[in-house]
Amino acid sequence: MDEHNCQHLLGELSAYVEGEASEALCAEIREHLAGCENCRAVVDTLRKTIQLYHTLPQPDLSDGARQRLYRTLNLETLLKP
Amino acid sequence: MSEVETEREMIERLRAGDKSACAQCVEQHASGVYRLALRMLGDDAEAEDVVQETFLSAFKAIDSFEWRSGLKTWLYRIATNAALMRLRRKTPLAVSVELPEEDGAESVPTQLFDWCCLPENEFATSEAKTELEAAIRDLPEKLRAVFVLRELEGLSGEETAQALGVSIENVKTRLHRARLWLRERLSGYFTELARSHEEG
Repeated sequence: MDEHNCQHLLGELSAYVEGEASEALCAEIREHLAGCENCRAVVDTLRKTIQLYHTLPQPDLSDGARQRLYRTLNLETLLKP
Repeated sequence: MSEVETEREMIERLRAGDKSACAQCVEQHASGVYRLALRMLGDDAEAEDVVQETFLSAFKAIDSFEWRSGLKTWLYRIATNAALMRLRRKTPLAVSVELPEEDGAESVPTQLFDWCCLPENEFATSEAKTELEAAIRDLPEKLRAVFVLRELEGLSGEETAQALGVSIENVKTRLHRARLWLRERLSGYFTELARSHEEG
């Protein structure tokens, strides 16, 4: 496979790893990956990257910040513990 | 009552100045708005300021809410603009609230080592998480806005497009570029880690 094909498929990789690519495109990408070690590495590490950021902890507003927000909005009387 | 009816009722109560509706709206959306602002700005105090600005602006402008999007998307739009304005004040030439589209192909990946098969515990370290957080903070702003809304806050492509005032196609393109950018950036760290394992 030539570099032109790698570049062409690069733009389709999100759709491929999300399972949103057409069957024809998936077949084309699978065929390319079978013969292109570099693109396999990109696909593997792209999948891993997506998996990693989906497991990041979700920060939350602190109790102090929540109290300040209620105060700013004149809602203090409705603040629940 | 359906979700749409519940939201319609909420908007009507907000328009009537019902304080319990304001508190309910804050409880439902403040955490998401805070996370969005924190990921955009990388600073806790500034993120808190954006949360306050967002709800103050939203409650003040609730009469102009036009049902083109949901309440959450509308709040995220206000918060995103507030965060981008702050970034623009810091680096005036680097950020545009209008988010002009860039043409051109994806950058060619230069990091081609396959580090995905490192032992799982290497991905769960605090150092790895810090590296990932830093990479997200360093994403170019217009890619970061799409990335945070779509991937971290879970908005749909359509909601993200509405929140940013761009096309769905534009959202897809930017999200794809953000993912490739993060992959490239993380590859530097994980490749070095994998090679140190091989040497060890």
